[in-house]
Amino acid sequence: MSELIELSAAQAVARLRAREIDASELFEAYRERAAADELNAFTWVASAAPEPVADTALCGVPVAVKDLFCTEGVPSQAGSRILEGYRPPYTATVVARLAAAGAPLLGKTNQDEFAMGSSNENSGFGPVLNPWDRSRVPGGSSGGSAAAVAAGLAPWAIGTDTGGSIRQPAALCGLVGVKPTYGACSRYGMIAFASSLDQAGPLTRDVTDAALLLSHMVGHDPMDSTSVAFPEPITLPSAEDLRGLRFGVPEELLGDQAGAGIEPGVRASFEATLALAEELGAEVDTCRLPHAPHALSAYYLIAPAEASANLARFDGVRYGSRVAGDRDLETMYSETRAAGFGPEVKRRIMLGTYALSSGYYDAFYGTALKVRTKIAEDFREAFRRFDFVVTPTSPWTAFPLGSKTDDPLAMYLNDFCTVPMPLAGIPAISLPSGLADGLPVGFQLAGPAFSENRLLEAAHALERAIGFDGSRARA
Amino acid sequence: MTSAGIDYEPVIGLEIHVQLRTTTKMFCGCELSFGDPPNVHTCPVCLGLPGALPVVNARAVHFATMIGLALGCEIAPRSLFHRKNYFYPDSPKGYQISQYDVPICSGGRLGDVRIHRVHLEEDAAKLVHVGTSGRIHGADRSVVDFNRCGTPLVEIVTEPDIRSPAQAHEWLALLRVTLRQLGVSDVNMEEGSLRCDANVSVRPVGSGQLGTKTELKNMNSFRFLERGVAAEIARQTELLRGGREVVQETLHFDPASGTLTSLRSKEEAHDYRYFPEPDLVPLLVSGEMLAAARAEVPELPAARAARYERELGLHPDRARDLAFRADRAAYFERALASAPDGLGAVELANWIPQLVERIGSDADPSESRVSPEALAALAAMVVSRQASRDAAREVLRTLVAEGGDPRAVVEREGLGALSDDGGLADLVARAIAADPDAADKVAAGNMKAIGPLVGFVMRETKGRADGGEVTRLIREQLAVR
Ligand SMILES: [Zn+2]
Repeated sequence: MSELIELSAAQAVARLRAREIDASELFEAYRERAAADELNAFTWVASAAPEPVADTALCGVPVAVKDLFCTEGVPSQAGSRILEGYRPPYTATVVARLAAAGAPLLGKTNQDEFAMGSSNENSGFGPVLNPWDRSRVPGGSSGGSAAAVAAGLAPWAIGTDTGGSIRQPAALCGLVGVKPTYGACSRYGMIAFASSLDQAGPLTRDVTDAALLLSHMVGHDPMDSTSVAFPEPITLPSAEDLRGLRFGVPEELLGDQAGAGIEPGVRASFEATLALAEELGAEVDTCRLPHAPHALSAYYLIAPAEASANLARFDGVRYGSRVAGDRDLETMYSETRAAGFGPEVKRRIMLGTYALSSGYYDAFYGTALKVRTKIAEDFREAFRRFDFVVTPTSPWTAFPLGSKTDDPLAMYLNDFCTVPMPLAGIPAISLPSGLADGLPVGFQLAGPAFSENRLLEAAHALERAIGFDGSRARA
Repeated sequence: MTSAGIDYEPVIGLEIHVQLRTTTKMFCGCELSFGDPPNVHTCPVCLGLPGALPVVNARAVHFATMIGLALGCEIAPRSLFHRKNYFYPDSPKGYQISQYDVPICSGGRLGDVRIHRVHLEEDAAKLVHVGTSGRIHGADRSVVDFNRCGTPLVEIVTEPDIRSPAQAHEWLALLRVTLRQLGVSDVNMEEGSLRCDANVSVRPVGSGQLGTKTELKNMNSFRFLERGVAAEIARQTELLRGGREVVQETLHFDPASGTLTSLRSKEEAHDYRYFPEPDLVPLLVSGEMLAAARAEVPELPAARAARYERELGLHPDRARDLAFRADRAAYFERALASAPDGLGAVELANWIPQLVERIGSDADPSESRVSPEALAALAAMVVSRQASRDAAREVLRTLVAEGGDPRAVVEREGLGALSDDGGLADLVARAIAADPDAADKVAAGNMKAIGPLVGFVMRETKGRADGGEVTRLIREQLAVR
């Protein structure tokens, strides 16, 4: 049994294709582990393997799915008590595509409520524990997906990234996480946080798995007007060096002043990875992203503004929980939302509502949109000289549960290297660059729109050279 | 200071919501319906289920483009959808997707009223208040029917160019026939596919400034619109005459009592927190889309009426009467095409109201038993004096009942005009002989005395004689110049 678990997803696909292992056995091996989950990573686990489908690309390797993806007849609660027990009548496009490609649903994973958080402590269904150290957070908001894959409770998983919600938990759990180009994956059926930023992506043990899973997620969906046809197939990476590639290290994020908040262990791992990249043939130099220091402020206006509208539908009228349904409309609305939403969600709804209010719109939301445009321009400018912009994914390794919950602003700082990319709509990948004090550190590469294949190739070469071993978390 | 004695004029602008007659809803594939059981035409999108996303209905964009072209608007090559945020059970997402600062159509004119803008949006669900009052206050409970939710709407906003309740009524009627002719909507006010709000203010006659306006909501018939606006003008004028001020507010007109009640004041106005809808990309109208819309815009009532006046010489009222009803215009034009030489359009046009009077004003004349060719033939017989006007009316009655060829009816019923060679001259001679008094007066030039003589002939011929011909023969026989 443990042998099956030690296979990467891509290896499992190969073995299944060669009929060396059995799909239902593989499913059952993971199902048992997921059902015995001690990390609170899952909110729902399939009760049995589905009927095997012959001749699929992914051969029946099951996938764990972040709770906010709608799955027909299966609880889809987006980590919120307001949706407790909600079972949608339809399935999100990305999940349906993966099922059709032969990756059946293993379970739904815990997350920060409506994807708002960086530690998974904002879940309405309790925090998730980091398998590397159970006293620490797995990161967020896709913390359940990250913990499940890192602990070997799932071969791979999908999550969503709005300001870092795939990359940061991937970094804190020693996984590979990809935030694709905006529009690459359909958002249909993803319970929305911030529509102009949300993107689905893979969380996997290695870069090859990430490429394989992503290759079955991308593509235009007629149900999502913002989705686009990916210009080329996502291919499995094979690069072993980085010759001819130029890495830009943004001064504004990592310079002496701005980078002061980066933990020494993270800094050391990042520097070592840059040195390794040079050894592999990459050129490394400082680049400029002049508006990047304002990314966090812009993000914390745009995302809450969109969220304030996206979350208006949770009103107790049609689905989800309802409180004071026998009272007048106003009371029913306010008591339902007061009881159903957690404090972080309420904080962001209020922030977003304020930012959009008449008289404040231009100063807040309008300005944030201008900053967003400037950040996209900064990246375009940087990519004239550099192939990729590289940073540590998170300034910290996994932090102890409860250590930052009292200070939302400190928590927001966690995202300062991951929010500029979604604001610019560009793809980024995080891969483990090593350990600091026994905890994983993430290295992030960001490239121009639709550069996923090149990002995966570069990450593949680095991954080989780094030789990160995540097996300890699965023990 | 009192303003008594000053004359006030009203300034009126209209906002019209039109449900488009597409097959499916604005942002999802659900069928449009009217009168079906509640909540049968729904899906994750129009129910606002978590994770669902809108996709713009191309047909609705096509219809909106046609409307814009018909109203002479500028069509934006790129327009935007926004979210209009408000909490109410008829709004499943908590916001309505609507166009805001960049609408699909702007500018334009219909008749004597300028168009400010035309934009696309989605309709709300229908709330039914169960209980005694039928309104939300005092209802036992309220239930929601989402069949209507997401129906494509255009909102047409006029400039404040209307100056009387009657003009508002008349202009809305013109808009309605225009939209009906475009085939983009059922434009039925009772069923709610055409809904009208009015912005009303008054100002001293001659003033170039606009007074404080109020908004009258949802007047669901032409009559209520006219009455509601009239009541509001009266209310505002009285306020100003009494030295008081008009307060900006939204009003509801109760047609039963004729009274206006305040729905909300300016202070209570919603802050809709509009922002660009991130789930949709900008709406692009390409050259091909524009050409396709243009190809489907037929000749519209106002243009047709102008053509009838200009080219056919019809009186403006008659021209509008025909042109504003597509069925009558089509019938008239078919009759005109078959009209023989000598039958003018004006003479022919005069027969349409007579036909309409007999078949009922709601009926399509093309569906009556009187073919356009038959009506033209009948009108031609009058012009050529083969039948008198009175006899022709008789014939029309027969045609409406039985159909057929008017010439055959005239023949069969012996209604042909008696002309000179049919013994009419002899009859005239007998009339003169029978009333020498009248004959003497006529001979002396007193034409008022001709009545009894004509009457004699008409009695004898049972109305078949042509009045004009009889008069001519009398004058001829009495040698009156
Ligand atoms: Zn629908």
